[in-house]
Amino acid sequence: MAYQRHQRPQLSPRGTVLYADLVSEQPHDQPADVAEVKRRLADVGYLADEPAALVAYLAQRLGKPVLVEGPAGVGKTELAKAISRATGRELVRLQCYEGLDEAKALYEWNYRKQLLRIQVEGRTDSEAGDGDSWAAARDDIFSEEFLLSRPLLAAIASERPVVLLIDEIDKTDQEFEAMLLEVLAEFQISIPELGVIEARTRPVVALTSNNSRELTEALKRRCLYLWLDYPTVEREMEIVRLHAPELDEALARRLVEVVHMVRQLDLKKPPSIAESIDWARALLLLGAEDLDASVLERTMSIIVKHRSDIDLVAERVGVKLAGPQVEAEAAG
Amino acid sequence: MSDPALPPGLAPRLVSFCDELRREGLAVGTSEILDAFAALRSVPWTEPADFREALAATVAKSQEDRRVFELLFDRFFFRAAETEAVARGISEQRRYDGGERLDIDALREAVRQAIADGSDGEMRDVARLAIAAFGRRGEGSGVVGVDVQRIRRTLGLQAQARPDADELVLDRDQIQRFERHLRRELERVLIERTRKLPPSRPLAELDRALPTSPAQDLAAVHRAVAQLKRRLATLGHEQRGRRRGAVVDVRRTMRTSLETGGVPLRLRYRPRRPRRPEIYVLCDVSTSVTSASVFFLSVLHALHDSFRKLRSFVFIERISEVTEIFERERDFRSSSERISREGGVADVSGYTDYGRVWLEFGGMISDELDPRSTVIVLGDARTNGREPHAEVFAEIAERAGRTFWLNPEPRLYWNYGDSVMAAYEPHVTAAFECWTTRHLEAFVNVVAGGVPAPDDR
Repeated sequence: MAYQRHQRPQLSPRGTVLYADLVSEQPHDQPADVAEVKRRLADVGYLADEPAALVAYLAQRLGKPVLVEGPAGVGKTELAKAISRATGRELVRLQCYEGLDEAKALYEWNYRKQLLRIQVEGRTDSEAGDGDSWAAARDDIFSEEFLLSRPLLAAIASERPVVLLIDEIDKTDQEFEAMLLEVLAEFQISIPELGVIEARTRPVVALTSNNSRELTEALKRRCLYLWLDYPTVEREMEIVRLHAPELDEALARRLVEVVHMVRQLDLKKPPSIAESIDWARALLLLGAEDLDASVLERTMSIIVKHRSDIDLVAERVGVKLAGPQVEAEAAG
Repeated sequence: MSDPALPPGLAPRLVSFCDELRREGLAVGTSEILDAFAALRSVPWTEPADFREALAATVAKSQEDRRVFELLFDRFFFRAAETEAVARGISEQRRYDGGERLDIDALREAVRQAIADGSDGEMRDVARLAIAAFGRRGEGSGVVGVDVQRIRRTLGLQAQARPDADELVLDRDQIQRFERHLRRELERVLIERTRKLPPSRPLAELDRALPTSPAQDLAAVHRAVAQLKRRLATLGHEQRGRRRGAVVDVRRTMRTSLETGGVPLRLRYRPRRPRRPEIYVLCDVSTSVTSASVFFLSVLHALHDSFRKLRSFVFIERISEVTEIFERERDFRSSSERISREGGVADVSGYTDYGRVWLEFGGMISDELDPRSTVIVLGDARTNGREPHAEVFAEIAERAGRTFWLNPEPRLYWNYGDSVMAAYEPHVTAAFECWTTRHLEAFVNVVAGGVPAPDDR
């Protein structure tokens, strides 16, 4: 199978051993079951639902990359970070953007250093035979020392297992996706001058996408798929209370309900989970005891960030919030 | 795949499940199936939830795929279990013989409670109870769909709770879940009675199609539109890299040839400029296409997000430009409200008058039409017996580079009754039947990518 781990040292065409001598394969801290993954994620502050925990578990067991899709702000990136914290692995992050290329994602030759090296060479042994010095210089300047490793290479070459997060893969173009295939399927990178560098430890790879375009079949084929959606009221309650434990339970519930109401509206940017947490903390700071129309109006800018959205929320949600209070006043 | 952890019967079953997924258009390759096995080996696959999620994570690779997966998963494994039961001659003991003695109100309450609790086992039990109760009263029609609706009505299950009653409020999703249980139990009873399974059919087009009636969830339309938007965004890329219809750039070829001593060894091509279509969309919003017009308006909505140079018009008897409304209102709901309020397209009768629309459109726009522009008509071509003015339409189509007609009716109904599709069809570049996303995708491919139109499905 293609997924076997390679134990033998990797030799470059010219026979130098890459990346120092190989550390013997450490036994992995593989989770025993899904519940354990879920518990560990919760310990580091990420409340995963069943599908998310299952996919995180499978990612570690099968060593396959996970493609996480979903609306903005549901904790896709956070999931990868949480896995890194939960497993104690280092997080290597590649933030994608339009025009991202190999030089920024994989590796780059440090040409300035190479130039310096050549110049130094030229000064010291200019008497030596031409052919020899060129071959020596070539072997020398295309070696590991002059290689700048970018996130993907860093993740592959790392001695300790890492979590590789490829964020917002949908922002790149399809050519870049194609380049990723080698990394994701074989966990190796071919550098023409050096040969193939293979991963010594199997990184956990998470790719996130905001769905701004359809990813290629080839990429999807190599990944496990996870769709993250906004959490239910109950789950979001738990999340908010985990991050703002001092917040009164009734108020937290009300807050989450309002956030859900706001998400129902067709907004330019619906509030994310992080923003509900921010809002909860803001309410704590303000010492608010209830979430009524006036509190909403003052603090709304924490969850809604567009002029037109603010108007819409004030119009639709503000009115609903005022309702019960007016009734209460009428009764009292 | 011989594996101690998985029972021998599972592999062929999974493969045939994947086969069924493929038939519904999911791209399930061998590598996905292998992944599925690997995944199932590492989870406690006897747990229904784990089994389903592990399978879904490995074979369903988009939200749309996931939806089809859910629909098929239930059906497939239900059928598999029933086939097995029929083969071995197992039938369930009728445990709910007390059905007829049950008070209908008590039953109704039990059902509501079960639905509100949302436990599948509970719901299945009350569904059986309900079926038993109704079976005794001889109300079964033998047709599953009819029975489901009949039982639902008798139980008084409605999405909106009557305001006076202090009953539990149930939302539509919950009721639909209960209906699924009802359907399944009815099917089970049917299978046990006839001792064979009804033939397996592909998912009804309707299950996957867009909800087109205005009463239905706008959210579902939105999902489909979002999908369309994604397709539009990727379309340009698929064409790239293929040297199709490339034109040799003589000047650059000559210049490159200087490197090789004037021999043009390497040809240089003129870069392919993506077509930036100038689109005019005319959308019929009359009553004869009521069911389709929500769909069409949402298509307009999506097109506006994706194309800069787009002008949209709505018409019934007269035509009116609504480009501005779409540009100003991002919200789909409010834009469709404003269109119905400010469009001003219904004159007296409210019946479509295609002839008049062409005359007006021609008068307004025809000077601006040029070979680079594309005209898209969304309508059923039902003129209500009025003069179709096909010659005016022909002129418009002549001026515009491309003209497409999207008809919300199946091709079978074209030219039937007052539909005059035949009068217009010769003048358009292509006419499509269009009432599902799939039809829409076929069409979008033509507009944005220049891919030849696929054969009719």
